[in-house]
Order: sequence, then C-alpha cells, then structure tokens
Amino acid sequence: MDQNFWLILLAIIGGAIRVSTPFLFVSLGECITEKSGRINLGHEGSMIMGAMVGYGVSLFTGSAWLGILAAGCIGSLFGLFHGWICGKKGVNDIAMGIALIMLGTGLAFFFGKSLIKPTAPRLDDFSLAWWSSVPQITQAFRINWLFILGIILAVVLHYGFKYSRWGMIVRVAGENEEAGLALGYNVNKIRTISSALGTFLSGIGGAYLSLYYPGSWNEGLSSGQGLMAVALVIFARWKPMQCFVASLLFGGAGALGPALQGAGFSYGYYLFNATPYILTLIIIITSSSKKESGVAPAELEI
Amino acid sequence: MAKNSTTKLISTLKPVLNTLVALSISLVFFALFLLIIGASPKEVFTYMIEGSVGNWFSIQNTLLMMAPLMLVAFCTVLPAKLGMVVIGGEGALVVGGLASAVTGIALADASYALTMSGMFLSAFLAGGIWIGFVGLLKYYKGANETIVSLLMNYIAIALLNHLVEGSLRDPQSLNKPSTYHIGESKMMGDIAGTDVHYGVIIGLFFILFTYFIYHFTTFGFSVRITGGNKKAARLVGLSLGKIILITCFLAGGISGLAGMVEVTAIHGRANASLIAGFGYTGILVSFLSRHNPIAVLPVTFLFGALAASNGLIQRRCELPDATMVVLQGIIFVTIIGWEGFSGKMALQSFKKLKFNLYGSKLLADTFSNYRRSYKS
Repeated sequence: MDQNFWLILLAIIGGAIRVSTPFLFVSLGECITEKSGRINLGHEGSMIMGAMVGYGVSLFTGSAWLGILAAGCIGSLFGLFHGWICGKKGVNDIAMGIALIMLGTGLAFFFGKSLIKPTAPRLDDFSLAWWSSVPQITQAFRINWLFILGIILAVVLHYGFKYSRWGMIVRVAGENEEAGLALGYNVNKIRTISSALGTFLSGIGGAYLSLYYPGSWNEGLSSGQGLMAVALVIFARWKPMQCFVASLLFGGAGALGPALQGAGFSYGYYLFNATPYILTLIIIITSSSKKESGVAPAELEI
Repeated sequence: MAKNSTTKLISTLKPVLNTLVALSISLVFFALFLLIIGASPKEVFTYMIEGSVGNWFSIQNTLLMMAPLMLVAFCTVLPAKLGMVVIGGEGALVVGGLASAVTGIALADASYALTMSGMFLSAFLAGGIWIGFVGLLKYYKGANETIVSLLMNYIAIALLNHLVEGSLRDPQSLNKPSTYHIGESKMMGDIAGTDVHYGVIIGLFFILFTYFIYHFTTFGFSVRITGGNKKAARLVGLSLGKIILITCFLAGGISGLAGMVEVTAIHGRANASLIAGFGYTGILVSFLSRHNPIAVLPVTFLFGALAASNGLIQRRCELPDATMVVLQGIIFVTIIGWEGFSGKMALQSFKKLKFNLYGSKLLADTFSNYRRSYKS
C-alpha cells in the first residue's frame, strides 16, 4: 500500500508535468484574449492546426523548434481573424469561436492526412531529478523547454498585466471600452492583437501535443484541451500565475485516473477524468453572485 | 393593411436573403479551396447534389442525417429567445441517450408502447433536468450559462464513459464498451415505405410545437417580452425564474430526445457513438437559423445534405472525409461573419445610392444651367 501510494503520487506528478503544458499555453492564450474583453472559444481549432502544422514543419525542416514557431504563426492567423471579425457589429464571438473550431479541425485533418505515418523529430527533454537514480522518478520528472517557457511566460504576463504599459492598455480594453476609447486607443485593434497573441500560444500548445506528448500527429490528438481553456481561465480567476497552477491541477487530475488504474484501482477511471470540470463548475457556482462578479473583466459577458 | 403585410414580408425575407447571400459566398470560398487543392468544384458540387437530393435513396439519407440535428439545435434555439447562449446540446444528447438506453433495458419485458414511451419520457426528463440545472444556476447564482453548459458537456461524457465501462457494460462489447442492447423488437421503426426512422417526425413535431408555443401562447409572449427587456418583464409581473427554468428544461428535453433517437433508431445501445459532435453542429444550426424554430428545418436540411453526400464525394472525387468538415467550417465562418458586413454593406450601398442620386442631380443641374446659359 505504501509503495502503491508513492507510485500513484509519482505518476500524478509526472502526468501533471506532461499533460499540463498544452493546458498552460492554451489558458495563458485565452487569458490574454479575455483580459482584453473578448471570449475566444476557438482555441481548439488553432490548437489542432498548430499540432498539424508544427508536426509537418518539423518533419520537413528537421527542427522541432521551427515547427513550434510555425504552429504559433498559423495559430495567430486564427486569432487575428477571430479578433478582426468579432469587432464587427452583430458577430457573435462564441458562435464564431465554434465555427473556427470546425474550420480548424477540418483543415488540419484535410492537410494532415499525409502526416499520420511519418515520424517527425520530437522536442528534446531532460530530467529534473538529477538527485535520483530511480528510473520511475527520473521518468516522472522529465520535462522539456516548452514547460519552462510556459512558466516564464506566466510570470512575465503576471507582471506585464500589472505594471507594463501594454498590460494596462489591454486591461482597460477589457474593463471599460469607453475609457479605452476616451484615452484614444482603438479598442478593437487591442482586442484583435490580444486574440492573435492568444492563439499564437494555443498553436504552440497544439504543437506540444504532436511534437512531445503524445508525440505524433493523428486525428484524435486533441481531446478538448482548447475548449477547456475558457474554463481554465475562470478557474484561474483571470490570473496568469494561477493559470499555471490550474494547468498543473487539471493535468494532475487527468493523470489521476490512469495512475490509479496502473496501481490496480480501475474503478471510476472516467469519473476522475471529469474532476477538473466538476471542480471548475463548483468554483463558478461558489464564486458567481447575482451582483458584480468583480474579478472577471467587466466587458466580458461572463 | 396590405402595406403592413408587405413590410412584414420584407422583414422576414431580409434575413433569409442575407443568409442565402452568405451561403453563396461560402460556396465560392469552398470552390476556391477545391481549385487550390487541385479538385474540380464542378464535379464536387455535382456529386453533392446527387448524393443529397439526386435520388430517393439520397433524399432518405439526407433526412436521416437531419433527425438528431433538428432536435439538438433546440438546446441553443430556445434559451436564445431569452438572450442566453446555451451550448450544452452535446451533454443533453448524451444523458438523453443514456437515460433512454437504461429505461429500454429495464423495461425489456414490457410492451413496445410502454418501453417506447418510457424511453421517450426518460430521455426528455434527463436532458431537461441537465439543461434545467444550467438555467437554475443562471437564475439563482447568475452563473454564466455558456460556460456552465460547456462544462456539463464534459461531465455528461465522463458519466457516459463511466457507466458503459462499469455497471452498465455489456460484457460482449469488447472494442467499443456499450450498454446492453435494448432489443431489436424495441427499436424505433421506419416510416412505412421508407428507410427513414420516426426521429424525423419527432423533429418536425417539435419545430411546429415550439413555433406554436412561441407565437400563439401566453407563455411564448412572456418569453418574447423577457427576451426583449428583462426590466419590462419584471415590471409587468412576469416570473423570470419560472420562464428561464421552463425554457431551459424544454430546450434540454428536446435535445435529450436526439440522444433517444440515436439510441432507439440507430445504435440500439448507448456508447461513445453518441459523442459525435451533433451538439456542436446544433449550436451553429441555431445561430444560422437565427434562433427561429421554423428556420431550423432548412438549415438542418442543408447540413443533412452535406453529411449525406459525404460518402459519394469521398469515393468519386477521391477526397478525404475531412473535406466536408472544411466545407462546414467555411459555411459557418462565412455566415456568422457575414453578420458583421451585411448591415454595413447595406448602409454603404445606401450612401452610395444617395451620393449617386445627388451626383446625378448635380449633373442635371449643371446641364440645365448650361442649357439655360446657352439659350440666353
């Protein structure tokens, strides 16, 4: 039992590290978008496109990092479009997000058909557990640079939103459109740029899926991580640092089921998969009140 | 009177026309896409028509594809009347399908009529309670219905997976864990003389039913007041909570029936096949039909037609199955995005028209001035 416990814990830590990176990138992306006052539900689309393009570019150029860059660029095209078109009167951002999921998925599956078989160079990783020689431990602590990059990004965004000029501008756009206009900023432009930046990150998150873990391109690659971004951001109360915590938690919760199964407890595998969603739901229920919600950007209709 | 009905006709036709324009634009985009990838748009469009309405077999196929979409779209259509964006159709469909399968298995020895009505009611109740909960949270806690319903989708899927892998699992379903079969004799039959099951009829019924409710009953009237202005609704003493709850219950119930149709007419059991993304397409159907129950019919027909012709296009044009997803994506993006241009375009052309009129007046004036000066 004692050994089982440690095995499960290790598996959860390992799982949290492996699974959380795409969550981290997507949630940071959605965080930027939502801070500027708009919801983009379409991260799933830019993510799958990122996964496909990242894999393809990595395959043809032999460099996984070029793949990551290309994935971000293709992702940002989606955000650019979403941000631009949702700035027009009468375009519903939620419906447009779902439409872009469909378009992104369709395009990725269409052009990705030839990428299912070949193997592209993957991202390198290294183990943080230099202090241990136990293979399970070194395996669990294997991380790659994207994970580190994500953490740095979360810190930068945290301080950026708080203290930097552009962070303030984005927040003004998200909190009070009139105030932004009064200050002479083009609110639509700010939102479009924020959306593009946001999907740049979700594109990278997608490339992580195809280039590191699970580490190949196929049509069942993304399992709703992009859609979850919106929930994650609420869970994180629109704070980049907490996006990191939320991603780890979601990753860990996702790893709980397989870990328990590995240790011989197979009951409730799928229910454990649902824990992040139930947690988020509880948080929404407890934190919503009929009056001002306070934490959410005021221009966001949440 | 006649003038009034003309304006009414114009105001009904305008959105229809608008959508048709956007649809044609999206088909042009798709044709461009086909040209870029080196396929022949003419060939693809020909097979699309042949595969969807070309013959009796295709038409039946199209109708079959329509059934779940018609029902699940209501999950978004009805709450939208109140200004709510509910996207929980997928979850309602899944719990509806699950509930009807469980009821079907439990009533294995009962008569056909009893089992059928049991499955119908349980699916309606399950879906209704599922989305009703969303409405409840919205009304009492002010929780955002869009996010809550999205989360509920995932919880529904986890619940389905948990139950079909666990206590409800038929040990013989190895590759695809499923519940037990409800029994061939309990399946929903086909409409006499066709291969189309009664799901289409249920869908049609609810389209007419909701249209009737929303246009000819007091409840529908109060919903329209509430959707228009919440303060006004409160002022005239309407119970907002009741309206939200009933609307959400109805919305979820109808989309729960989509799951029941899938189970009793197609699969015979509840399994992962229920998670086919109908719920998400339903959201877009709702937006494309501008949340109008009657418009759901042609819009689902369009998507039924696309789905039905998919196989033919794959085989004859040697295009991957994702082609149709691309087309759907292009259609959705164009039609939803077109909203942002249609108003402006109309305004611009109006301005241009005015300018032209002004311009021609100027020209005419100059001309007459010239003539006058010439005369004198």
